[in-house]
Amino acid sequence: MNLTKFLGYDGKTEGNVVITTMEALINWCRKYSLWPMPMGLACCAIELMGTGASRYDIARFGAEVMRFSPRQSDVMIVAGTVTYKQAQVVKRIYEQMPEPKWVIAMGACACSGGMFRSYSVLQGVDKIIPVNLYLAGCPVRPEALLDGLMQLQHDVMQEPVLRKQFRK
Amino acid sequence: MKKNAEDLALRLKADFPNIISDPIEFRGEYTCELLDPARLYEVAKYLRDKLDFDFLKDSTCIDEPDQEKRFTLVYELYSYQHRVQMRLKTRIFAKKPQISSLSDLWESANWQEREIYDLMGIQFENHPDLRRILMWDGYQYHPLRKDFPLEGKATQCGNIFTEVAPLEGGPFVTLPGNTDTGKREPRSRSTDSKF
Ligand code: SF4
Repeated sequence: MNLTKFLGYDGKTEGNVVITTMEALINWCRKYSLWPMPMGLACCAIELMGTGASRYDIARFGAEVMRFSPRQSDVMIVAGTVTYKQAQVVKRIYEQMPEPKWVIAMGACACSGGMFRSYSVLQGVDKIIPVNLYLAGCPVRPEALLDGLMQLQHDVMQEPVLRKQFRK
Repeated sequence: MKKNAEDLALRLKADFPNIISDPIEFRGEYTCELLDPARLYEVAKYLRDKLDFDFLKDSTCIDEPDQEKRFTLVYELYSYQHRVQMRLKTRIFAKKPQISSLSDLWESANWQEREIYDLMGIQFENHPDLRRILMWDGYQYHPLRKDFPLEGKATQCGNIFTEVAPLEGGPFVTLPGNTDTGKREPRSRSTDSKF
């Protein structure tokens, strides 16, 4: 039997319909509106800007709305060298972001301190905040950032949003 | 009337014969050493008011731990009136690293002296606002001193912590000199060789 007919839906006049689960729908919405919090701290931030500009155009993936307010953003892109002095600022901004939130550590510095084995540089941003995705490179090319973003979108689709809620 | 750098350096020497060394010329730049750091302010004021050095381009500090007079303060002066440069140096003892501030003569000295205080631990007398500028308030060390380890030390100050960085056999320093890259590059040498 025709499923749309069964639901009392007339496909001829009202267009096509997709049946899905609530969870997939929520994740799909989130996936294509990952608003970044650009935590640009050093040279990698230049590549982040390049990714946002027209040649690479991060807007194709729904992540073009760089929010400079943590309260309106979903994914923090830590692009650059995190010094100990800056670390507490990064942490506070992360804590101000509403759930759900993700973190991309962009570049060798954000992942591990990079070449700066020194007294002033935090050896990896994962010492202070949880990181979802590590991107290698010094700097990370825009293609790699976009690839990482797609990977993150893939991860977002796997999130058990509702299952998590009802399991409690 | 414009004066050249040599005249100005010689005039400084003539007016302070006992505490200023003979000016040294290198590629057109003149360096004078002040032998009595306690009179720095007086000499600096003279340089500004009488010899028209109206701009302090930079001031910095050199650390030589094996010397008795461990710290050398270097002041790079410039005169817009005569378009000449002059370098004033003075050496101070490690025991009491203290010198008078020049921030009321040249505004630019304010932050430069804060930086020297922060990274080298020199105390500037009569500085209007002697706080750390690059490291944070409460950090105990002066990291640009030669006896401070490159990898840092573990500290905790409020929310800010530091850890010892893993050097993994480093620091990987390229040797100076003209030997070919194969010999100079750190990766081509064995790990136990001296840098
Ligand atoms: S990883 Fe390289 S390009 Fe990126 S911030 Fe560090 S030094 Fe700069």
